[in-house]
Amino acid sequence: MDFLLNEEQEMMRKVVRDFALNEVEPGAAERDETEHFDRSLYAQMAEMGLTGIPWPEAYGGAGSDNLSYAITVEELSRVDASLGVTLSAHVSLGSYPIYGYGSEAQKQKFLRPLAEGTKMGAFGLTEPYAGSDAGGTRTTAVLNGNEWVINGNKIFITNGGEAEIYVVFAATDKSKGHKGISAFIIEKGTPGFSFGKKEKKLGIRSSTTYELVFEDCRIPAENLLGEVGQGFKIAMSTLDGGRVGIAAQALGIAQGAYDKALEYAQQRVQFGKSLAEMQAIQFKLADMATKIEAARLLTYQAAFRKDKGLPYGKFSAMAKLYASDTAMEVTTDAVQIFGGYGYTRDFPVERMMRDAKITQIYEGTNEIQRVVIAGNILKGK
Amino acid sequence: MRIVVCMKQTFDTEAKIALTADGLIDSTGVTLVVDPYSEFAVEKGIQFKEKFGGEVVIVCIGDTQAETAIRQCMAMGADRAVIVTDPAMDGSDQSATARVLAKAVISQEPDIILGGFKSVDSGSAQVMLRLAEILNLPHVNVVTNIEIGEGKAIATRELDDGVELVEVSLPAIFTAQQGLAEPRYPSVKGIMQAKKKELKRLTLADLDIDPTSVGPANAKVKIHGLTLPAPRKGGRIIGGEIPEATADLVKALRDEAKVI
Amino acid sequence: MAGVWVFAEAKDGKFRRVILEMLGEARKFADHLGEELWAVLVGSNVAELSSLLGEHGADKVLVMDNPNLAAYTTDVYAGVTLGLINTYQPTAVLFANSNMGRDLAPILAQKLDTGLITDLTGITYGPEILFKRPIYAGKALVELSFAANARPMLLTIRPKVFTPAEPQTGRQAEVITASADLNALTLRQVIKDVIRKASTRVDLTEADIVISGGRGMKNPENFKILEEVADILGAAVGASRAAVDEGWREPQYQVGQTGKVVSPQLYIAVGISGAIQHLAGMNSSKCIVAINKDPEAEIFKVADYGIVGDLFQVIPILKQELQQALASA
Repeated sequence: MDFLLNEEQEMMRKVVRDFALNEVEPGAAERDETEHFDRSLYAQMAEMGLTGIPWPEAYGGAGSDNLSYAITVEELSRVDASLGVTLSAHVSLGSYPIYGYGSEAQKQKFLRPLAEGTKMGAFGLTEPYAGSDAGGTRTTAVLNGNEWVINGNKIFITNGGEAEIYVVFAATDKSKGHKGISAFIIEKGTPGFSFGKKEKKLGIRSSTTYELVFEDCRIPAENLLGEVGQGFKIAMSTLDGGRVGIAAQALGIAQGAYDKALEYAQQRVQFGKSLAEMQAIQFKLADMATKIEAARLLTYQAAFRKDKGLPYGKFSAMAKLYASDTAMEVTTDAVQIFGGYGYTRDFPVERMMRDAKITQIYEGTNEIQRVVIAGNILKGK
Repeated sequence: MRIVVCMKQTFDTEAKIALTADGLIDSTGVTLVVDPYSEFAVEKGIQFKEKFGGEVVIVCIGDTQAETAIRQCMAMGADRAVIVTDPAMDGSDQSATARVLAKAVISQEPDIILGGFKSVDSGSAQVMLRLAEILNLPHVNVVTNIEIGEGKAIATRELDDGVELVEVSLPAIFTAQQGLAEPRYPSVKGIMQAKKKELKRLTLADLDIDPTSVGPANAKVKIHGLTLPAPRKGGRIIGGEIPEATADLVKALRDEAKVI
Repeated sequence: MAGVWVFAEAKDGKFRRVILEMLGEARKFADHLGEELWAVLVGSNVAELSSLLGEHGADKVLVMDNPNLAAYTTDVYAGVTLGLINTYQPTAVLFANSNMGRDLAPILAQKLDTGLITDLTGITYGPEILFKRPIYAGKALVELSFAANARPMLLTIRPKVFTPAEPQTGRQAEVITASADLNALTLRQVIKDVIRKASTRVDLTEADIVISGGRGMKNPENFKILEEVADILGAAVGASRAAVDEGWREPQYQVGQTGKVVSPQLYIAVGISGAIQHLAGMNSSKCIVAINKDPEAEIFKVADYGIVGDLFQVIPILKQELQQALASA
């Protein structure tokens, strides 16, 4: 057993941290305030190869691993959780299904520009009446000649509006429930595909979240991803991986808030002592640091198992559950340590606390994570 | 075109400096990085390679830790590296360092030699020029631009009150000032490839240098001791409404500090 | 022969202040050794500056006046200076830590196979003379001495550290005129063009007052308000790394561990948080003023005076107050 990162992973962390501190952090508060998604940051990430870390070079990727990808999402989220989720949704949700289930032609046509970062990916599963229960999907796809005709709405879509390539789930046979769902690749600009409401959110405000609207949207038959009826399976396996990304995002938020709180506790003097000299604060910091380390081990383990080709669904659910709860707790404590200042927008912990909440909700609420974990445990996995 | 870049590993500029019980610089917990001035030179070297073809060779004197810095230069795009690691080098002065560097650099038959005009640690700003003198090569010091021509180059040298354009024939040595090139972030692919690139490890013996000719015993300049500057005490925050506070500040600067 | 030499770099018929500072310290150095203080004047039309050097403490002035020495190039200056050193065998030669000194001294040190201590900030005279210089951009200091065989001792001197000697009107130095055959020197550096800064503003490293802006300036245009204050004070305008990275100011105005190290009488940090790398570049200023809206900013820990507030509110008032204060002075 070896708990040390290898040389490349260490370098990845250093490089992404430098990038995050120099390029991402300075504008993070303002982007949050104005709900502005900065595509130029995505372009810089593309240039560095961050948009296709785990995919093979044959598809425009960097040929690296999921652990490096998790470290990248963590480091970005440490200063800006919005950019962290942008990358996570792009890689884990928008790109993975094409890598995992796409044909060679689909990989060349869609995965390559996603990996190279000339395009951005998104994932359309959630609907007004089908959130955690994907079986209730009402969006339909009907084969008409050599085209699929898509009708329906998807909501809360991360990267919506900005992304060029969407993996969208629709019922091809409603009578079959889960087994009647199929996955499709739909490009921005396709007639009949438009964007509805832009969500105004509590946190991750500089990542875009849109409703996708399909009205007789016709796509070529070859844009079916995987096989007819395979959609639910594709969605679930995608979410297994996506949870590693969200766990990493939550871990990064927690680490970022903890770092700010630690620094502040050492600087801020009250009653003639620095906050860090007071036991009440020391205990808080100790708990925060311990939870973060535990979240990190769970998250890296899930990524590591994925890289090794081992079953990891239970582990990624545990990582997501624990890391997101940790993010919420640690950011709340960080705001507390900052006191009145922490509640203002002059300091980043306020934003981090708002950003943390979503990690307990998306890619399966934490209640769903427990369902997944319990399901695995009870099956003896 | 073969571009040799002399690279030094240093403390991160955000590092706090403390002394050990023995009065030496305490490196515990300090992040080591490619010296920022070396990094400008590395970036410029890679840009030359991308424009004119050829290769970028990193030359470094340092211990095994310095290999991390070398790998980072490789991740940026440097092709291979030579590192001189020898315990005899500990405590060597700039004169000895330049002599060792000269042997390592010239063995690479460079067309252009780049390095930082100074480093952010010792900052003595003399090794690259001593190197030029030893190798009997022309140099331009403290440059913010280099244009390569046929067998020659024109470099923009910083003056106290402006710049001048200096032409030299190649091979030549240029020392980087901030502004020469903005270092790129290594790409993921670059990071993946870095480990596979050639890193040649040399000792002084490999360079035909007598280890007893370097080190503190041969230093032209001897170190007597290190101290930390007296910490500044925080002064006073001038409170009150901004207009009054600002007026008070000006009064204090004139009557108390007597600096205006 | 021996002596402590000051390489009296002149430009446009004038010395920078650091040359007079060097003479002040070199006088003590020479007296300690019981040797003469020589000033070395190399350039074109520089001979008339000899008297000023005498008034500031030089015993002898060695003049190498030649039209072909009007512009500095390494090979020519190193060639003639080496000739002078070999002829007169000084014990120590002091150069300004200017762009010329930084170029010339290391080349000479290698030609003479001797030691060089750059960026000197202090000398302690005793049985062994100790030379102090900053390392890690002033986060630490090192004391050094020259090995017995390292002669001459070569040094470059940081501006604004040493005190110039009081000029003694009428004090005269003996002038020695030297000449050299410049044609015998190989010239490898050819100056194609010189571009002087259009700005008349005082040099960052020489300025008595520096006002610097950081991330809080928000955009390049806002630096205008700092320039207006600088005009009133005769100050130089610097910038933090954050401001330079944003592209708001040119890199040559960056104050910090990368960038320029300054030690003015008064340093005004505006919208600068006080990253360690910045502090290293201005920590040795006599008086530091910080203006920042964040009361916890690190800069306040080193500032003699601080105002917590919006710089865009403070600076215009500061400008007015300074105008009034200086008008009444």
